Amino acid sequence: MIPRRLDPILLMVAVLALWQGLELIAGPEVVASPAVTIVHAIALVQKSGFWQDAAETGLAFALASVISIAGGLLLGLWLGLHRFAGDVADPILGSLYSIPKITLYPLILLIFGLGMSAKVAFGVIHGVLPIAIFSMNAVRGVPPIHLKTARMLRMSKLSIAITILAPAALPEIVAGIRVGVALTLLGTLIGELFAATTGIGFALIRATDVHDVADILALTLMLFLFAASINSLLHFGERRMRHER
Amino acid sequence: MTRARIFVVAGAFILLEILCRLGIIDRVTMIPPSEMLVALWQLIAGGRFDGDIAFTAYNIVAAFVLAVVGGFVIGGLLHASPRLRHVVEPLLSAYYAVPTFVFYPLLIVAFGVGRAPLIVIGAIFGIVVMIVHTMQGLDHVPPAVNKSAAMMKLGGIRRYVLVMVPAATPHLVSGIKLAVAYSVIGVVAGEFILATQGIGKRISFAYDNFDNRTMYGLLLLLLIVVTCVNAGLSTWEKRLHRRFGLR
Amino acid sequence: MSANSGKIALRGVTKVFAAGNGHGAVEALGPVDIDIAGGEFFSVVGPSGCGKSTLLDIIAGLSSPTTGEADFDGKPLAGGVPEGVGAVFQQDASFFWLNVWDNVAFGLRRKGVDAAEIRRRVSYALSFMGLTEFASAYPAQLSGGMRQRVCIARTFVLKPRLLLLDEPFGALDQQTRLVMGDELLRVWREIGATVILITHSLEEAAMLSDRVAVMSARPGRFIDFVVTRWPRSRDSRIIADERFGGITARLWGSLREESLKSLGNIGGAAMLDEPR
Repeated sequence: MIPRRLDPILLMVAVLALWQGLELIAGPEVVASPAVTIVHAIALVQKSGFWQDAAETGLAFALASVISIAGGLLLGLWLGLHRFAGDVADPILGSLYSIPKITLYPLILLIFGLGMSAKVAFGVIHGVLPIAIFSMNAVRGVPPIHLKTARMLRMSKLSIAITILAPAALPEIVAGIRVGVALTLLGTLIGELFAATTGIGFALIRATDVHDVADILALTLMLFLFAASINSLLHFGERRMRHER
Repeated sequence: MTRARIFVVAGAFILLEILCRLGIIDRVTMIPPSEMLVALWQLIAGGRFDGDIAFTAYNIVAAFVLAVVGGFVIGGLLHASPRLRHVVEPLLSAYYAVPTFVFYPLLIVAFGVGRAPLIVIGAIFGIVVMIVHTMQGLDHVPPAVNKSAAMMKLGGIRRYVLVMVPAATPHLVSGIKLAVAYSVIGVVAGEFILATQGIGKRISFAYDNFDNRTMYGLLLLLLIVVTCVNAGLSTWEKRLHRRFGLR
Repeated sequence: MSANSGKIALRGVTKVFAAGNGHGAVEALGPVDIDIAGGEFFSVVGPSGCGKSTLLDIIAGLSSPTTGEADFDGKPLAGGVPEGVGAVFQQDASFFWLNVWDNVAFGLRRKGVDAAEIRRRVSYALSFMGLTEFASAYPAQLSGGMRQRVCIARTFVLKPRLLLLDEPFGALDQQTRLVMGDELLRVWREIGATVILITHSLEEAAMLSDRVAVMSARPGRFIDFVVTRWPRSRDSRIIADERFGGITARLWGSLREESLKSLGNIGGAAMLDEPR
């Protein structure tokens, strides 16, 4: 029996085997093999054009993340602290969240035009809602008994917010930021797929147009690694905050 | 509460209407909501897009069914095999951090332009959320309920069908609700990128030709349908949660 | 007494849980020897974590002993739950997706009993447990005590020869516990089953049982047996009987030392023993 701590390696081997199998079935013109893709990816990171695209995407993603987090926190905390407003907004936020935001791309383009601001806007409309929803629920989910205890200690509203509400709600808020940041990346890339002339998303579309399968897969692989590392970083922070080891 | 909610939503629409009518939002960017409604009515009554609507609806339903059935089966298998689950867990948790439809171009290469790549992209987009919710639902079956089933000599597939799955229904419905949203996103996004017909294709065509009435009419149609389906499933979900005494 | 009266015989039963991540093998139980007669109301009290529930799992056929023999009506308990055994647990095990009627009918339907018979037996069980007017309610709409009644009715309706109760009233308040104790005594007399009750509550054990066994700290062994000699037609009013205090006092006398041990800290018992 293989020990459990080798599971990540097991997963990697399985994915590579599946990928290789797919190449054998579908043919190299449909799927580039893992080896070809990795060689291509290494060649790609040595080109300056790739780093220009990456910087472009990175900037859009960073801007969109900052706006999503700030906006989502403000909205979510406000709704969490105001019972009535929260009750009114809850289902509205829920249905806005479930709208396929992708359908709004013509609207975004008409407002922001092609370029950086459209990409950022696309990232924000994807990321801001989950952060707002998670932080609203985080504040509302603080057990009333904690607040009761604080009132028995005759604490001021401000110190209740700092010493009780914030630490109790923080893990949930970080979970919201994790989900929101992932969706912000998704939104930013969608923006680039549809409406950009630079960036990794645009590079993907360019590769699709010329049927460069190795290029498509190499870019996808790097996107996956980037997204997965951000995800696990935030996951780690969240676990630490929940005091699970 | 409901009144306040209607007030907020209606207020947003009226504000938008006024801004459009006053020309603060120009007509090239957005037409007034009232005109969108008229445009929506005309394009439904005209029947010009019946073929596209049927095409997209078929694809979404097919993708949704594949995602839900596939996700339910895979989720059940992973729940039954904790080791396998531990192996694939990181993949599941990072899945939605990656824009899945970067694979759409590859699917076109593999399946050609038509229904197949759209259905496949919608299904692979929706399947993981169903897998995750199926596993969560089965995880939350209380141990005492499971023990009682064992005392009634229910084992294997009978325990699964008669006890585990019914107990997991609220989570399954949450999964189904999200699978709808994800199937729609997958299919419509695919049609945006490359397709010969479908609502997504018509919207992007209208956008390219500055045909704002058609574009906003179809957008509104899509949003209304999705919102209604979502609201229906949410109501069902809430009712189940209340009946089962879950939070 | 016939062969199928619900007799239990345990000989040298032990349970050892294999070493797992981070801890060595755990000796949870035994060795335990006991004979429980058909129709007896038998209770087990013991400190937390002494292996009471492990013992019950073995008798239920949910888990097999590491060594020793466990027989139910002369047949070895091995590999699965035997016919004619029902159980009620501390945690709510009502099937929350079914209403009260369907909960109670669940086991009968699985056995393929015909519809008219199911209707007759379920409606009798519901009226016996005072649940008739809640037949179409869902468990979430009921209080904890009512839900536990549903679980008892669901087992009662199957007419088990052996009824296993693992802290069934542990989550209920004191008054509800007393009332539920009365109900349990009625159920016991009605179906004539052997009952094995595991409980934390000395009063509950003293009031309900024909015989109470006291278990030691882990690994659990029987260190004392108290025979109550209550009449079969008893109810909760016997707590006013002058003998009642004597029985609970004897139970606590045997149990106190073990409870202190199971609280864990070495020297803790000695510390508490010192006069201040």
